[in-house]
Amino acid sequence: MRSVSFTVEAGEVFGFLGPNGAGKSTTINMLCTLARPTAGTARVSGYDVVRDRDHVRRHIGLVFQDPTLDGYLTAEQNLRLHAELYGVESAAIPGRMRQMLEMVDLWERRDQKVMTFSGGMRRRLEIARGLMHSPRVLFLDEPTIGLDPQTRSSIWRYIRSLQEREGTTIFMTTHYMDEAEFCDRIAIMDRGEIVVLDTPEALKASVGADRVAIGTADEDAAIASLRERFGLDATVSEGAVTFHVGSGEAFVPRLFAELGVGITSVSVSRPTLDDVFMRYTGSTIRDAEASVADARNRQAMRMLMRAR
Amino acid sequence: MTATIADVAAVRVPERSWRSELRAVRIVWRRDLVRFFDDPTRIMTWLVQPLGFLFVLGAGLQSLSASSTHGVELKTFIFPGVLCTSLVFSAMFSAASLAMDREFGFLREMMVAPVLRSSIVLGKCLGSTTIAASQGVIMLALAGLVHVPYNPVLLLGVFGLQLLVAFTVSAFGTMVAATIKQFQTFTMVMQLLVMPMFFLSGALYPISGLPAWLGIVSRLNPLTYAVDPIRRFVFSRLDVSAAARHTLAPGITWWGWRVPAVLEMAMVVAIGLTMLAIAIAKFSRTE
Repeated sequence: MRSVSFTVEAGEVFGFLGPNGAGKSTTINMLCTLARPTAGTARVSGYDVVRDRDHVRRHIGLVFQDPTLDGYLTAEQNLRLHAELYGVESAAIPGRMRQMLEMVDLWERRDQKVMTFSGGMRRRLEIARGLMHSPRVLFLDEPTIGLDPQTRSSIWRYIRSLQEREGTTIFMTTHYMDEAEFCDRIAIMDRGEIVVLDTPEALKASVGADRVAIGTADEDAAIASLRERFGLDATVSEGAVTFHVGSGEAFVPRLFAELGVGITSVSVSRPTLDDVFMRYTGSTIRDAEASVADARNRQAMRMLMRAR
Repeated sequence: MTATIADVAAVRVPERSWRSELRAVRIVWRRDLVRFFDDPTRIMTWLVQPLGFLFVLGAGLQSLSASSTHGVELKTFIFPGVLCTSLVFSAMFSAASLAMDREFGFLREMMVAPVLRSSIVLGKCLGSTTIAASQGVIMLALAGLVHVPYNPVLLLGVFGLQLLVAFTVSAFGTMVAATIKQFQTFTMVMQLLVMPMFFLSGALYPISGLPAWLGIVSRLNPLTYAVDPIRRFVFSRLDVSAAARHTLAPGITWWGWRVPAVLEMAMVVAIGLTMLAIAIAKFSRTE
């Protein structure tokens, strides 16, 4: 992590977007008092994460990337344990529990052991649990990772309804671009830094240009030709030569006429958050992840070689 | 659906107080009991294990040693030892669940709660103590079968003593679970530390008959000071000859000085409290 500085408004859904290894989880861990910042300060709900650790903990809810439920207990027992640990007034527990379990559609299964639940049900239960004590800020670390599209969209529905009803501030990380669109504001992180922070609309507008991706047999020649003849900077991304240009559709006929390199396919798309990410970091989020994975593999290989 | 949800108010998390800490201790303790009584295999083990120790082991050893027990049945002699043994195993396995919680992620849920780490450790330790002590109660219920009378003073006294022993072993187990990184290590600790401690505690034979060097090791073994006072207490209320009492429950000696039972128990409790303190310190440092 390098220097990261930002403010989240009360009641907003704030997204942290970036490839794996960009520093999202580290940031979240520091805000949740699970990791100590080596330098700098952070305040959550007005409390300093180092000095007022307990106050911070009372006011936040957490949903981790890895499951932290007790599989041997029922859904209801898991929530009750949480409420007791957080000192929720006993009389308020049953009502709150029912409210939360109904929100995530698990009320009918409250008496079943969590070990019988599917991955999506567990994640929903974790969200319900994180909300049992009415936190002011709910931290969600990759809440929809590994879930099917249906569960993902229902989780988004809960997050939205919750924000409307209780004004809970939501701070979440994700590396799904399409999900980041649901956030009020997003911060794009890459290599331990925030590269840009704004609303999804403003970010997409800042890219402006359409994205054109062409398939060709000779990528290097196509890139060189694009620079020479059109003055465009192109890169290879996800197996296609990709570049940005003002009005894509109008550009395609010129491209075919003047490029001088065989084109096998072409696609034009309006700017998405993927393009925003690309614009500010120079690679797509998937490529960025692939390079992190590559680096990891290389390191693992080196260690293997050394071990010999 | 939305209609039913909207009308429930948000709840409030109060400032930390001794009351909220007490609730945390209680819920961590209760979780252990709920899980225990929900697991048929563990309950079976809990019911059957004392019988196995007492009657299989007792009957087997009896055939070898009838001559030297002054007419006292070996089952009667090993009763206090077996009681301690089942406490040890029961408490250790309960405490081990803390290491499991780390492996399965649940520990994190408890670690981020706005309560003191010591409340969590204490709740866990008391949970193991309760489960172990309840196993002790089953053992006590079997007393009559090994010719230990159902004398209220004897039963209550032994119950009190075994509660303290259960606490100390639980504190030890919690400390081990707080220290290790992987669950497998726990099994190793059981094999390398707990089993030898059990064999050298005088649970199955008087340590007075051991070779000198093993006698020294026995005297360094904390479990020895848990078994001995319980045995002395039981034998003080048994109708046996003075010779039998002298041979079978001679007490532990340090350079010829017979260590009083009260001092032995005080040592057990002191060791337990120290280990609990270490477990809390270890826990407070992580994350």
